[in-house]
Amino acid sequence: MFQAVFKRHLEGLSSSDVIVTPQIYRSLRRKITALMLITAALPLAIMAWLNYYEYQKALSREIQNPLRVIVNKSKNSFELFLAERTSAVGFIAQAYTFSELANEKDLARILKILQTEYVGFVDMGLINDKGELVNYVGPYALKGHNYAEQTWFNEVRVKGRYISDVFMGFRKFPHVVVAVRHTLESGEPFIVRATLDTHQFDKIIGAMGLEPGSDAFLLNRAGILQTSSQRFGKVLDTFSLPMPPPTFEATVLQQQDADGEDIFLAYTYFPESDFVLAAIKPKAQVLRTWYTVRGDLVFIFCAGVLAVFLASYKLTDLLLRRMREAEEQRELALRHVEHAQKLSSIGRLAAGVAHEINNPLAVINEKTGLMRDLIGLRDDFPDKQRYLSLIDTVLKTVMRCRDITRRMLGFARRMDVSLEELDINDVILDTSGFLTQEALHRKIELAVDLDPGIPRIVSDRGQLQQVFLNILNNALAAVADNGRIDIRTRSEADDVIVEVRDNGCGMSKETMSCIFEPFFTTKKTKGTGLGLSITYGIVKRLGGEISVESELDKGTAFTLRFPKQPKNEA
Amino acid sequence: MPIYDVNILLVDDEKEFTSTLAERMALRGLRVRCVYSGEEALKEIAAEKPDVVVMDVMMPGLKGLDILRHLKATNPEIQVILLTGQAGTRDGMEGMKLGAFDYLLKPLALDALLAKIAEAAAVGGKAQ
Repeated sequence: MFQAVFKRHLEGLSSSDVIVTPQIYRSLRRKITALMLITAALPLAIMAWLNYYEYQKALSREIQNPLRVIVNKSKNSFELFLAERTSAVGFIAQAYTFSELANEKDLARILKILQTEYVGFVDMGLINDKGELVNYVGPYALKGHNYAEQTWFNEVRVKGRYISDVFMGFRKFPHVVVAVRHTLESGEPFIVRATLDTHQFDKIIGAMGLEPGSDAFLLNRAGILQTSSQRFGKVLDTFSLPMPPPTFEATVLQQQDADGEDIFLAYTYFPESDFVLAAIKPKAQVLRTWYTVRGDLVFIFCAGVLAVFLASYKLTDLLLRRMREAEEQRELALRHVEHAQKLSSIGRLAAGVAHEINNPLAVINEKTGLMRDLIGLRDDFPDKQRYLSLIDTVLKTVMRCRDITRRMLGFARRMDVSLEELDINDVILDTSGFLTQEALHRKIELAVDLDPGIPRIVSDRGQLQQVFLNILNNALAAVADNGRIDIRTRSEADDVIVEVRDNGCGMSKETMSCIFEPFFTTKKTKGTGLGLSITYGIVKRLGGEISVESELDKGTAFTLRFPKQPKNEA
Repeated sequence: MPIYDVNILLVDDEKEFTSTLAERMALRGLRVRCVYSGEEALKEIAAEKPDVVVMDVMMPGLKGLDILRHLKATNPEIQVILLTGQAGTRDGMEGMKLGAFDYLLKPLALDALLAKIAEAAAVGGKAQ
């Protein structure tokens, strides 16, 4: 597709028949820039998007893993805590006899030891098979209380062990009950029941070391808070979110809380009890690094696109400038070739014409000469002087014709340049010498300002004389009496410059564009129109350049430059 | 050698030019013959050897330069002045290289031609 687009336009550039307009360059610039932008920015955009997506995924994993680990660890702590307490109570139920446990003094001693070895025990009681609290040691007066109607009593009688949810009970502060059943040798069961302070739960949660803004708490399966939560209220309040699906492995869910904030919820169910451990981390907090990274990513992407755009714009600019320059050079070269061809064909024509005319001229010349000879020999020829004068006029006219054809031939012939080392100042002085008489006569100031320091150049003296004579003659023709002609030489880089400036009539742009064309003349009947054309040809053949500047009624300046070192030209 | 003793041969296909020029030279008392082609020129030279040949470069049939080459090979003492319609052409320069005494441009002034013939005869005389 792109190939077709480019081919069409580049074809336009490579074929000389098509005129290259600025519109084509403009549309080409648009297309190249767009193409470069697309080819560079598209992969960049894809890369950026992939990075964005992958990084987000990786970061999520990075955030979820520690949360999962910490929830698992804390769950283990909870389980260990509860298992230890349960087995301690179980140990007491088996190690002591019913009568020992029923003795208030003994039970008090046992509780004391228990409290020393295990943190968290608040009180302890012995319950017989009928549900009566037979013995109790602890801060409350509960002795004689009957638990026969309570569900946990039946459960412990069936299962042997029981850990309660957190509840306020008679004591009005959150606690957990651990109860273990044992059977006497007589077959009568009894229950040892101990109460645990939930402070220990808070300690374990505190040990999770959560960051500010995060939250962790224990729930039961019914969604009642077992510990206080920063977000969801106090102990025994209801968890405001739906309970997550049961799993005994730590799992992380992404969801919104009641306020609509995005959160990570890590949780696990306890297999041995009713508890559920949950930890909450707000997504905004965890993703703070992610937002920074995303900002960087967006910035880099935008900067990249901008850079690509600038680069492609600049590059296109450069490319098109080169193209345009090449195109202009090609046009210039073509114009030169055209001019050279025109000169050469006109030259050949002129040579042919001149040659054909010279022979008849020679015949006229000889016949007229013979006439003069014959008349001259006869003294008695009537009107002899008048005829001789007529014949002289004919002969002079023949010579004038000969001069014209000779000039045409001079223009046409392939010049045999005879090169020598010369001082261009000398040549100018010699040449301007021919014209001082005329200048003096017409009161024209011929100001010659020659730089004595210019290097000698290798060139053809005769040809240079012809060149300067031509240009000076033109200048003399252009200036009015009392005018001024400046001739100046100077050295510049690789060239020697000759400048001929007059304050004459000047010329229009149209005239200026034609002055080097053969047969172009403004001198009406006097000129052949070959002078400057010949001059142009000579200067070219000598490896030089000629240029003209002119303003109507202000004057004309010809600038000639000749190389200091001869160029290797055929 | 005085100019009246110089044996001159004019060769040019332009009959009006050649015959008129010959007549003018004869009027001045010079020994001059004229022919109108290269072939005739060779015959005339064989019949009577001239001192100076004045010859056009461009002729139908045998060209001036061919005759010049032939003369320089057989009779190098004969001096040749070439006539040409073209200034500074390759023909003129080529003629000089082949040993022509000089070349002149047509139309020409008779006095200039006579002076050139005298010079050529003087050189030829020394050569003899």
